[in-house]
Amino acid sequence: MTTRREILTRSAAVIGAASSGLLLPQMAMAQSDKVRVGFMLPYTGTFAQLGVAIENGFRMALNEQGGKLGGREVEFFKVDDESNPAKGIENANRLVQRDKVDVLVGTVHSGVQMGIHKVARDSGVLSLIPNAGVHVATRAQCSPNVFRTSFTNSQPTLALGKAMVDRGHKKAVWITWNYAAGEEAFEGFEQSYTAAGGTIVKKLGLPFPNVEFQALLTEIASLKPDAVACFFAGGGAAKFLRDFHAAGLSKNIQLYGSGFLTEGVLEAAGPAADGVLTTMHYSDALDTPRNKKFRLDYAKTFKAQPDVYAVQGYDTGLLLIKGANAVKGDLSNKKALYAAMEGATIDSPRGQWTMSKAHNPIQDMYLRKVENKENKVIGIAQKAVADPATGCRMG
Amino acid sequence: MDFANFLIQLLNSLQYGLLLFMLAAGLTLIFGIMGVVNLAHGSFYMLGAYLAWFLASQFDSLVLAIVVGTLIAVALGWALEWLLFRHFYHRDHLDQVLLTFGLIYIFEEVRSILWGDDVHSVPVPELVNWSIPLTENLSYPVYRLVISAVCVALALGLYFLISKTRLGMKIRAGAFNREMTEALGINIRLIHGVVFALGVALAAIAGMIASPISSVYPGMGSSVLIMCFVVVVIGGIGSVRGALVAALMVGLVDTFGKVLMPQIAGMAVYMLMAGVLLYKPEGLFKQ
Repeated sequence: MTTRREILTRSAAVIGAASSGLLLPQMAMAQSDKVRVGFMLPYTGTFAQLGVAIENGFRMALNEQGGKLGGREVEFFKVDDESNPAKGIENANRLVQRDKVDVLVGTVHSGVQMGIHKVARDSGVLSLIPNAGVHVATRAQCSPNVFRTSFTNSQPTLALGKAMVDRGHKKAVWITWNYAAGEEAFEGFEQSYTAAGGTIVKKLGLPFPNVEFQALLTEIASLKPDAVACFFAGGGAAKFLRDFHAAGLSKNIQLYGSGFLTEGVLEAAGPAADGVLTTMHYSDALDTPRNKKFRLDYAKTFKAQPDVYAVQGYDTGLLLIKGANAVKGDLSNKKALYAAMEGATIDSPRGQWTMSKAHNPIQDMYLRKVENKENKVIGIAQKAVADPATGCRMG
Repeated sequence: MDFANFLIQLLNSLQYGLLLFMLAAGLTLIFGIMGVVNLAHGSFYMLGAYLAWFLASQFDSLVLAIVVGTLIAVALGWALEWLLFRHFYHRDHLDQVLLTFGLIYIFEEVRSILWGDDVHSVPVPELVNWSIPLTENLSYPVYRLVISAVCVALALGLYFLISKTRLGMKIRAGAFNREMTEALGINIRLIHGVVFALGVALAAIAGMIASPISSVYPGMGSSVLIMCFVVVVIGGIGSVRGALVAALMVGLVDTFGKVLMPQIAGMAVYMLMAGVLLYKPEGLFKQ
């Protein structure tokens, strides 16, 4: 005798088998249909605006191509990484395993980047870094499927030393927060400054993100250096610029820095920032037709002024387009895809740059001077600066 | 370090210590009298700074902004006490921690909605926007001296209020024995409201007067909160006098730690705290 329950379970099994059988080809089709791009960026918290700028820039690059990658439609997935390193791996896995993205674009915070990096190395998913400058991602732990379109933390300061000595500033004090990015920026400064014949009188530091600089400024005054070089960013940078000025140090001591010192904080720093010299791969005020067109188009589309982060997002899009076009949208052809991206020359608003063997930009560093709340470009501090890529073995 | 620089560093540590005291005084008052652990104290500092920035841009005057901002802070403190905190005096410390931890997030979100996530600067009032030259390279910003003067004035005012006035007597009585004070016909509810509003106002004032030198940025409250707790713990929980001594000690250790031993500057203050707790487990001045 067949009970009612048996009928129910059997029919359920049949339906289940049928539906899964029916669904599988559809899902596979969906995957080959559209390129799945995952953004893992900060959409809340201190870095929220950076995340938005990067995504805007990336979308703009794609839209200039009719919104397609190698002829294929694009589907976007988004995860807010909250700049929280503790959730880095978990969030990256959500994109890679749940959403099955072909490309992961992210992120800003170096700590979070290390989480993405682990997932990228384990899963082999194509990982594009639009900002985080943590050295190891393109040095000892470099990987064929990981490309960076921004900078390494020591790249801007690698161009700083010679510019300082050229200006007759041969005795300098270095100051930064005692954390990874600060240490990495120091590495570039130490190398370039001593090579150019400068002497680092003292290396000062304070815990991140402490902003009580007064004691260290007093110490700088007593050391009487020709110049001070530093790495600070964000709110702390604005405060450092103001304190340095208020302490009267800017009268006799020239202040230099990695470009992030004067990005996005000039309104807050006011006249205290005037005359500060920094090195970086971009400036809003860069006077080239390419940059002017980019800035105009961006402002029209997003009703906001682009910054260096928007440029980096844009370049990330350009790089992916180069790769996807070379393989006609077949991102599973990894060998050809990576080869096309590795040899790519990117026609960026920042100026042309090429992708190094370690997958980090080889790019010009501009020397910039703050005038009237603007980073005025006064020349190229150093052409084609490459990260040393110490310990990188692709394989 | 020569003698002149030593004196300047001493001035730096005094100035930093006094500002810390302003912050910690409110925290220790609220704990000492109501027994509430208030993790949201740093948020009041941030709120003060944002109020100073916003109001100063509206009124074109920092002094006016501080006056209005203080009134807003007092009103906010009073309202929070009435709405939330008075229900938590008899509850477990863990409940209070959860409440105030939640408040941190609420204040951050409200700040983000009202004023965005940008870094802002507050102009130093013209009258004190100059520096006194000390050495050939170094000048001392007059505004920093003004901050110290305001802190000293408020510290004296607080001392006078608590030890010399009738209200202060009631506050001390309430802290000593709540039931007995109520039995004597003193409205302890009212006293609690006053003390809480005072504590909030102190933190907000610290944020407001510090805003021209610290800039105004998201999350600025959380960084000072930890230092506040260090000061309160070293000084003895609930003791205003202890907070003053501890704040000055922390200022000294932090300043000279940064200069003399930069490698361990981050730890120096905590080593001081550990050292004090080793010999005086309840802080320097037990209430």
